[in-house]
Amino acid sequence: MRTPLLLDIAADACPERHALGAGKQVQDFGTYRARASRVAAWLSSKGMPNTAFLGMNGDALPVLLFASGMAGTAFVPLNYRLADADLNRLVARSAPAVLIADDDMLPRIDPVEGVALVARSAFEEEFLRGAAPEPAELTETDNDIAVLLFTSGTTGEPKAAVLRHANLTSYVMSTVEFLGASEDEAALISVPAYHIAGISAILTAAYGGRRIVYLPAFTAEDWVRVAAAEKITHAMVVPTMLGRILDVMEKTGETLPALRALSYGGGKMPEPVIARALARLPHVDFVNAYGLTETSSTIALLGAEDHRAAFASSDPAVRRRIASVGRPLPSVELEIRREDGSPCAVGEHGEIYVRGEQVSGEYLHKKAIGDDGWFATNDAGWLDGGGYLFVEGRLDDVIVRGGENISPGEIEDVLRTFDDIADCAVLGVPCSQWGEKVIAVIVSRSGSPDTDKMASVIRERLRSTKTPEQWFVRDELPYNETGKLLRRVLKAELAKEVCAG
Amino acid sequence: MDLKPGSRWKSAVCDAQLVVVRPPKVAGELQCGGVPVLPIDDGAVPTGDVSPDFSDGVAIGKRYVDEETGLEVLGAKAGKGSLAFNGIAMTVKGAKPLPASD
Repeated sequence: MRTPLLLDIAADACPERHALGAGKQVQDFGTYRARASRVAAWLSSKGMPNTAFLGMNGDALPVLLFASGMAGTAFVPLNYRLADADLNRLVARSAPAVLIADDDMLPRIDPVEGVALVARSAFEEEFLRGAAPEPAELTETDNDIAVLLFTSGTTGEPKAAVLRHANLTSYVMSTVEFLGASEDEAALISVPAYHIAGISAILTAAYGGRRIVYLPAFTAEDWVRVAAAEKITHAMVVPTMLGRILDVMEKTGETLPALRALSYGGGKMPEPVIARALARLPHVDFVNAYGLTETSSTIALLGAEDHRAAFASSDPAVRRRIASVGRPLPSVELEIRREDGSPCAVGEHGEIYVRGEQVSGEYLHKKAIGDDGWFATNDAGWLDGGGYLFVEGRLDDVIVRGGENISPGEIEDVLRTFDDIADCAVLGVPCSQWGEKVIAVIVSRSGSPDTDKMASVIRERLRSTKTPEQWFVRDELPYNETGKLLRRVLKAELAKEVCAG
Repeated sequence: MDLKPGSRWKSAVCDAQLVVVRPPKVAGELQCGGVPVLPIDDGAVPTGDVSPDFSDGVAIGKRYVDEETGLEVLGAKAGKGSLAFNGIAMTVKGAKPLPASD
């Protein structure tokens, strides 16, 4: 099954339903599909196997994504936040391609063989303006790669994750009800196109029949303003966005009465932020989603009822589920395994494995999935007695101290229970005695944190080997723009300080 | 009749339109309202009667399955006829929708 089908059947069933855009610029499903088909005919005439995109969010993006699928090319969204040299390496790797780029980003691109540059302004002038065009007649294609998505490359050169049409359509059809949205629903998309959630949001919205509205780039002020003006009902945010959104709402007094559902993911959400969000937005259903690029987005989620049950419970085992990512989707299988591959018991920490039709587990020229279909996520985690999944971060971030595996996540969770902790990270740095030792980097609200008290609480609740041996106070911690804590940056920085000390 | 995933069909006797989500394990005939369905791009307009034995209707967004062969079909447009595979009525797949996560 191919991704353009999702738009085709929605456009056939309800061509006049609103699909894209804000204010007076709204386009219906019929127009959306017709424009995508014209773009597809143009892409086909170019004869390039890939369609790359470098630019801010906007209506051109979903039109291009579907057009690329219709034309049988792989869609390759590029990260405009990369440094020029890194960006140009990815541009070269996307060849042969038609590359549609924002006008102000064009000068950043070095000429390269096999990449045909098109300015976004010219593209939009040709394909997005004016009345709905006649749909173009297209020939059937059989390229089964829908999207090539470069991973963030925090561990080295970015890898090109391959998402096939079958992976993406399976994800959409197993998680969304066809035209399940009511006509007044609108989703606000603020994650960039080069993030898997930016891709899956386009597909799920088309199939579900929900209008999408774009923020060109995220600022909390714009987010709140557009959410109010467009009566946004659904949105997805990464952790760093939510705190800033709540700050703006507090300042302006905006209550966002139309908002029904807010999902978050892409990193660990500090519990105080989610508690604040629940209090400020009591009419909103919160969903925590966990997924990877290689799994076509969400594989586990903590729904609204789970959030309420966790916050209302006096049972610590239920209460702590607020920090979980909920339960695996019914359409995927999920297991925690030990290093030797055997399955972990309930509560035992190991590596998260997943299997299902939406799981691609594949990079260009390199399959990373077992013959039995299981994909090793490289994430550490554990399942509780109710089947709730707790994700502790990348396996590489696990601290190995004197042969004992220590997850930074559980120590950070204890630290976050202190009012004085605004943010924190626990890391392992090289140490001659233990191989690695546990250190904590904290952002203190008071400026004079009581680290002795914190250490004693960790010792009491966890154990002495998990107690940080050194403490560092910072004004803020480094994050990338999609809310991922840059542990390696911090670790490299601190390894020097610890050695020097 | 090649019922491959993603293939689109329409009823010969009502307004129903269908998409194959999962193919059947054995070859056979998908029927709506008691008669074989037609490819979506077939020019024929619906004529004839919906068989009273297959008149429970197709609903938009619902999934229909034939347990025996694994065939699964999505209702892409509603119609009066109901679905069958090789004469055996297909059943509605009960699935609770998940909350939106992206």
